[in-house]
Amino acid sequence: MRREVVVTGVGAVTPLGVGARTLYERWRAGESGIENGLAAATKFDPTDHLSVKEARRADRFSQFAMVAGDEALQAAGWDRDDLPYDRARIGCVFGTGIGGIGTLERGKEILLEQGESKVPPLSVPLMMSNAAAGMLSMRYGLLGNSFGTVSACSASAHAIAQATRMIQYGDADAVITGGSEAALTPLSKAAFASLDAVSKSGISRPFDARRDGFVMGEGGAALVLEDAEKASERGAEPLAKVRGFGATSDAHHLTAPQPEGVGAAAAIRLALKDAGLEPQDISYVNAHGTSTPLNDRAETMAIKDALGERAAEVPVSSTKSAIGHLLGAAGAVEATATILALRDRIAPPTLGWEQREEGMDLDYVPREAHPLNINGGPAIALSNAFGFGGHNVVLCLEV
Amino acid sequence: MPATVTPDTVEATITEALPQFGVDPSEISRDARLEDLDVDSLDLAELSQILEDEYGVQLKGEDAKKISTVGDVIDLVVSRAG
Repeated sequence: MRREVVVTGVGAVTPLGVGARTLYERWRAGESGIENGLAAATKFDPTDHLSVKEARRADRFSQFAMVAGDEALQAAGWDRDDLPYDRARIGCVFGTGIGGIGTLERGKEILLEQGESKVPPLSVPLMMSNAAAGMLSMRYGLLGNSFGTVSACSASAHAIAQATRMIQYGDADAVITGGSEAALTPLSKAAFASLDAVSKSGISRPFDARRDGFVMGEGGAALVLEDAEKASERGAEPLAKVRGFGATSDAHHLTAPQPEGVGAAAAIRLALKDAGLEPQDISYVNAHGTSTPLNDRAETMAIKDALGERAAEVPVSSTKSAIGHLLGAAGAVEATATILALRDRIAPPTLGWEQREEGMDLDYVPREAHPLNINGGPAIALSNAFGFGGHNVVLCLEV
Repeated sequence: MPATVTPDTVEATITEALPQFGVDPSEISRDARLEDLDVDSLDLAELSQILEDEYGVQLKGEDAKKISTVGDVIDLVVSRAG
């Protein structure tokens, strides 16, 4: 019998502000964090939360991780000076798509303008993609298994999946997990734009017929995962259960999804199987929903294929309609928003959705949030994250 | 041209540099121990880059073993420049 995994704390820094509840409540209310075609975390000032030393020892993506991590630990009721478990039994798995690309870009400018000897010694420790995982393990004194996950826009969903397995399997009693991204940098913005993936209109409207690409965003989220029994023993009140996950690969194209969503559908089926559930048990789908023409059509087909008749009844919405695409942070930020929505028995809206495209006929929760139809039962959701490289991760969460 | 190297000029450079790393300026003195100032090997790598810029003197990894106070850093730079 594998161990049950619960989420006891969440934290987030997003284009809607600092704090997980800020993210959820503003999204639910239909507010957007997108300005001029970008979703920057403009409310985030590192010096509000971190010392000078902490802030300069961390690329912006690691700063997001630390601030979200502090919120999550506090929400879980953890005393950082007296952790609830043996430190050797607490791990950290934290994802990012790109890592410290801002640090990399500044280093390259200094190299070209001032020469080799002026390249900052902090360049490597700040830009490495595992920096956030390393910073968190140091910050909280976690001595268990810690590492970064790198799978583009599914990176932090992979992190949560891996953290879940570590606890289920008994390798850890708790894991700090999630992901962060700070890629609103000149090179990164230009590179995504040249790939034709980014919205030219600057509008994120997932599943709408007029969608023309994603809006780049930045931020991060952290979740405290614990063995359910141990969390209960210490008197914690879990926010949610991680019922399971499914993960597959498209093996199709480096950036484009398989057009019928075959790999994504397989991941949904695996997630249901891992959770021991049927399509009928699912009451909400937090879609990957990037607002790209290809993803949203393929994902719609995947949901219809994997959920069958249930697909017509279940609300499907995209957090990216409010905060854009947080790349490697998307999976964790959206899982966090999903958990808070499930607690309120609410499906938050897909902002901007107005025009139906032929064949894309799910309930995308247009205009405003609506209540989940669960008749007093548990609220169970799927949270999808798909990444360049053809990586598909589907988390199954229950409140 | 590198700046004139005297204990005072080097101390002034260090006193200006360390607060950028998050060190409390009021705690900086010749006798202050780097460990107490929370100046670690990464800070030293940055400091040595600044000192090299200013005085043309390199501090290398093995120097870290000989350095425990701010005064040690000043003396090493002055002696090497001489």
